[in-house]
Amino acid sequence: MDFSNRYIVGFALALCLVCSLAVSSTAVALKDRQEANKKLDMQTQILRVAGLLEADASPTAEEAEAMFADVETLLIDTKTGDVIGPAEDIDPGPVIKAAKNSSVSTETTSTFAKGARLGRIPNELKVMKITSPGNECYVFLIWGNGLWSTMYGYIALEPDLQTVKGITFYEHGETPGLGGEIDNPRWKERWNGKLVYNSAGEPALNVTKGGMAKDANHDVDGISGATITSVAVGYTVQTWLGEEGFGAFIKKEAK
Amino acid sequence: MDKETKEVLLGPIHFQNPITLHVLGICSALAVTTKLETALVMSAALTFVLVGSNVVISLLRNKIPGSIRVITQLAIIASLVIVADQVMKAYLFGVSKQLSVFVGLIITNCIVMGRAEAFAMANPPFKSFLDGLGNSMGYAAILIIVAGLRELLGSGKLLGYELMPTITNGGWYNPNGLMVLSPGAFFIIGLIIWVQRSASKGLQEESN
Repeated sequence: MDFSNRYIVGFALALCLVCSLAVSSTAVALKDRQEANKKLDMQTQILRVAGLLEADASPTAEEAEAMFADVETLLIDTKTGDVIGPAEDIDPGPVIKAAKNSSVSTETTSTFAKGARLGRIPNELKVMKITSPGNECYVFLIWGNGLWSTMYGYIALEPDLQTVKGITFYEHGETPGLGGEIDNPRWKERWNGKLVYNSAGEPALNVTKGGMAKDANHDVDGISGATITSVAVGYTVQTWLGEEGFGAFIKKEAK
Repeated sequence: MDKETKEVLLGPIHFQNPITLHVLGICSALAVTTKLETALVMSAALTFVLVGSNVVISLLRNKIPGSIRVITQLAIIASLVIVADQVMKAYLFGVSKQLSVFVGLIITNCIVMGRAEAFAMANPPFKSFLDGLGNSMGYAAILIIVAGLRELLGSGKLLGYELMPTITNGGWYNPNGLMVLSPGAFFIIGLIIWVQRSASKGLQEESN
């Protein structure tokens, strides 16, 4: 069949118009719901790691919002550890983005950061302070590179800011069944109660090879068959809780 | 159902299966089959896109200028995929997070383009609808078999329920690590192809 050039151009234009209308109207119509899902997902992760929710509980938006009445989100200065003020939201996105922008982040030099392949750390970070009675704790956003992917998660510390209360990863692309076991509640349990710093105040939390943990206070048994991922998780935690990360804030706040 | 309808609808499940016979859509068959749940959602998303694109393209088949045929098909498929992705983000957030980029990659799923070009461009809407449905079912059947085996052997679970308690969780089953990696899917698909061609001799290629 022969079509004139005018017909072809007209057809293409009409097609583009119809397609873009269909796509943009669904995107606009569903935007609120998607944002709500995203927010609820972020809140759930924080509530779980803080121990306010069971590991497999999924609250409704209202429940999560009610629990978040006891959560203070602080914006801190990474270098000095001073609280700048309340953060606008709990969204980890802008913080992660800031690490890529050299004007609002600082280059890392520690061996920990090398181990987690973390090049830069933002100059301003968010800390979630949970004030819910009986469940007081601090939640910190952490991320670092495992074997295949960047692992994003949270670590919660007891009010003494020395003891691990919980750890979780909300996004990673490690091998399911091997490195992906960093999601396994049984492995995450091994972190609970570990001490983050040694007597000199340096990050001393250490992830060992599977079955090699010796120091009950500081060593976390790695996942067998996923040594690279487990050790990277260790470096990630050490970087973020060290002086390049939340270290300065933790020292000030613990006093 | 007359014979022709039956062939269009049910043929792709066995004799014309898009994955094992035409070897299309292998990439997603490897990527989303570590768990049964993701495989089911992926199948549903593909069904929506394939049926939708087949019908729309078939309706327009006499209006589409040959010179911009492929880009027209792509625009229609891409729009449908984005709509499916948006709907999933709104209503099935957990699963859409797991599927991540793979929903978007339905755009490049060879089955969709293949059916649009090979079938919908030359057949009326209802037949194209059946063809889309049939091919989706063929795709889904393979995905479900592969994902079921991989989840069961690789993590001792089905749809998240623990059937064989694994050693790491205090049970007896030592999970087969190969099954959670992509080569595991290759082996299973290979086995399916072997079983299928042994059962129906007509599917075997002549040896030369």
